[in-house]
Amino acid sequence: MSGAPLLAAFRQSLGEAWAGGAGALLPLGFLGGTAVLVPLGIGTDAATLKAVGPGIIWVALALASLVTLERIFQADTEDGTLDLWLQAGAPVSALAAAKTLAHWLSAGLPLALFSPVLALMFQAQASPALLVNAGLYALGSLAFFFWGGVGAALSATVRRGGLLISMIALPLYVPTAVFGALAMSGGPGSTGAPLFLAASTLCACAVAPYAMSAALRLAAD
Amino acid sequence: MAAFARAAEPAIPDPMNSQAPSLLSPLLSGAGLGMIRGERVLFRRVSLSVRPGEALLLRGSNGAGKTTLLRILAGLTRAETGEVTRAAPHHWVGHREGLKPMETPRAHLKLWAEAWGARTGTDPVLTRMGLTRPADVAGRDLSAGQRRRTALARLLLEDRPVWLLDEPYTALDADGRALIDALIAEHRAKGGAVIAALHGEAGFPGSTDVTL
Repeated sequence: MSGAPLLAAFRQSLGEAWAGGAGALLPLGFLGGTAVLVPLGIGTDAATLKAVGPGIIWVALALASLVTLERIFQADTEDGTLDLWLQAGAPVSALAAAKTLAHWLSAGLPLALFSPVLALMFQAQASPALLVNAGLYALGSLAFFFWGGVGAALSATVRRGGLLISMIALPLYVPTAVFGALAMSGGPGSTGAPLFLAASTLCACAVAPYAMSAALRLAAD
Repeated sequence: MAAFARAAEPAIPDPMNSQAPSLLSPLLSGAGLGMIRGERVLFRRVSLSVRPGEALLLRGSNGAGKTTLLRILAGLTRAETGEVTRAAPHHWVGHREGLKPMETPRAHLKLWAEAWGARTGTDPVLTRMGLTRPADVAGRDLSAGQRRRTALARLLLEDRPVWLLDEPYTALDADGRALIDALIAEHRAKGGAVIAALHGEAGFPGSTDVTL
């Protein structure tokens, strides 16, 4: 098997994410909006903001992944692209992984890179630790996108499938959220937490493509 | 041009009536295909096969299962009963074009040429399909006929013996219809086979009907 179909699927998804300009900026706007609204909601006390900051960013990442993933496979089903990809001669699981990776690159990674700025808005000290945290956000968001992709594939033929995606994906987000928050808490167990975070992300990358493949075949059936 | 095609119930082909059967082995065949949708039997015991140069037309009223049968032959849908044997690669042009709203015909053909590892240049294909003028117009701004031409242009990117076409004439003008007829005639002359779902349109020369 050659990698050409996978590369083409990756490029198509990347192009689609940026098509119309604002596609990939939506999650950034989402995250920025959250960062602006939270202090208005819970007050501007610096200590409080500092405590909730990392958690808020995790929540925003999770929700932003759901917002962007809603359409990825649904659009493919509606315009007939899915039928073509299913007959492209490449494993559907690999194709789904390529598409998910493209969406993560265009919507998930920018969020993680943007996170130090948000952390500063939440009164965090400017330090190299913020860059480490950005890496953790990147790692965790990859898991969010893969599990979210499973939800998106399962609801590919459902109109307004957003709710369904959330119901399916949110429970799968739990390990990432738990270990991600623990890694940044500085409390007991926080030294080993990044490894568990990495493990849960690897688990998502290994399992989710097969689940997506099965769901997409079902969607075309 | 004797396509062995039998729809539903008995109708055993009469060897005296048909012309000498082709000795070439079938490029694609389905045996005893049956499908249930909801609680309704869509069709059952449909057997068909195409050999090089043949054309098979799936006929039937709306909802008779033409598209479903075509999807079964393409391997997209699993049949309730029966088996499909695909001896050669096929092209699929479905009811939905597979063109993204922001994708131009040129980009579409480039993408699929790349995905399939086809070496055919996109420019000759665009010219042949009469898509030179709208080649750089985004999919959502194309007319239905232009989108259909773009989807059909994929057939020319790579030589594949079997073409599976769902209502290929939809939205095409007289010019486009003539173009499709010419493409299909060329394809069959080269030893290709076509299976198409058609409505009321006249068939291709020497084609066989399968009525659902």
